[in-house]
Amino acid sequence: MSEEVISTDAVIVGAGPCGLFAIFELGLLDIKCHVVDILDRPGGQCAELYPEKPIYDIPALPIVTGSELTHRLLDQAKPFKPEYHFNQMVTELTKREDGRFELKTDGGLVFNAKVVVIAAGGGSFQPKKPPIPGIEAYEAKSVFYSVKKMETLRGRDILIVGGGDSALDWTLNLQPLARSLTLLHRRDDFRAAPDSVKKMRELVAAGKMQFKLGQVTGLTGEGGVLASVQVKGNEGPFDITANAMLPFFGLTMKLGPVAEWGLNLHENLIPVDTAKFETSTPGIFAIGDINTYPGKLKLILSGFHEAALMAQEAFHHIHPGERLLFQYTTSSSSLQKKLGVA
Amino acid sequence: MAKITFIQHNGTEQTVDGVTGMTVMETAVKNMVPGIDADCGGACACATCHVYVEPDWREKTGQRNPMEEDMLDFAFDVREESRLSCQIKVSDALDGLRVRVPEKQF
Repeated sequence: MSEEVISTDAVIVGAGPCGLFAIFELGLLDIKCHVVDILDRPGGQCAELYPEKPIYDIPALPIVTGSELTHRLLDQAKPFKPEYHFNQMVTELTKREDGRFELKTDGGLVFNAKVVVIAAGGGSFQPKKPPIPGIEAYEAKSVFYSVKKMETLRGRDILIVGGGDSALDWTLNLQPLARSLTLLHRRDDFRAAPDSVKKMRELVAAGKMQFKLGQVTGLTGEGGVLASVQVKGNEGPFDITANAMLPFFGLTMKLGPVAEWGLNLHENLIPVDTAKFETSTPGIFAIGDINTYPGKLKLILSGFHEAALMAQEAFHHIHPGERLLFQYTTSSSSLQKKLGVA
Repeated sequence: MAKITFIQHNGTEQTVDGVTGMTVMETAVKNMVPGIDADCGGACACATCHVYVEPDWREKTGQRNPMEEDMLDFAFDVREESRLSCQIKVSDALDGLRVRVPEKQF
């Protein structure tokens, strides 16, 4: 936990395509950015939902994958030396008495910024919680959707559910310190990396863990402490003894803490004006899928336009009273110098 | 054009017109059928348009594709009749199709 406050011009919440392009637009106006994202890498939905799928409606790119678009945007933003903070969820955003903003993350980072750009898309990606009856009672004590400290799982009878990389990675990581470990998956095929699957099968063959086919239907335990898990298998129901369960069913988008930042919201979206893309709090902007205004289209290209206009107003917040000269990157030597091409 | 019936977990039925070439997911979203979240917008990347195809229709709707099979790992209570509705294309042959919406897409 770092108590050091990071002081900057702008904090961009969300490293999806719109957040990344905002670095570029703000950078052209000499506005320095820090970017925070809950995922472990840039790209937002382009990285998490469709890295390999083609997008056809990016101007001048007839076909581009989510991953390629992300890389191009990172390249474009590079001259402005943005600083990225991944695996961090912005939990608090408050206005300070001096007119600046304070942001805190769940990883202990604190920012002091002149402007804030919310480019959080559909909200924050959070682990899916399987709708098993009564599961809430076990959360945090026996049911974990992510592993913060491996030590809390030492010596326990662990059940891991799922067949993706998270499920397999944690199976391999936790097996040495578990008292017993069972991996439960609905089929004998895995979407996880083949190498991890191979290692898991070797552990099973060596009798160091178990692999079972089936799906969880119920939980039994007392006072939030899990005792056994009921499973529907292909050949009928059975129980697995476990006092810790880790379900890995991918991520889902939830609005998350944005709702608690005192901004006006409309159906989980942030209303903005279409000249400045500013929220109900001056100095806090919202661009991309998370905002709403008459005629809003949830397209990446709309978010790019919003980033450009937002940057103009952000400049006036950061440099009050200063005149902003409109320039083209094709002809302005000062812009070209910032881009490192002149 | 094909009539498609969505059956909610509580038994409520909603029959809507499906346009040939659109997906069953798009048909549901267009007609505001509850329970088809389709978070990813049809990229077969989220498993939140999970449906159970009624027995009589399983042959006509065909088999899951490998990508869909992978994505179903992220759905809850997957059964033999489970499909992702973004991977079923509406056609005249599916006129009368009946699918069940799970209690929760989660």
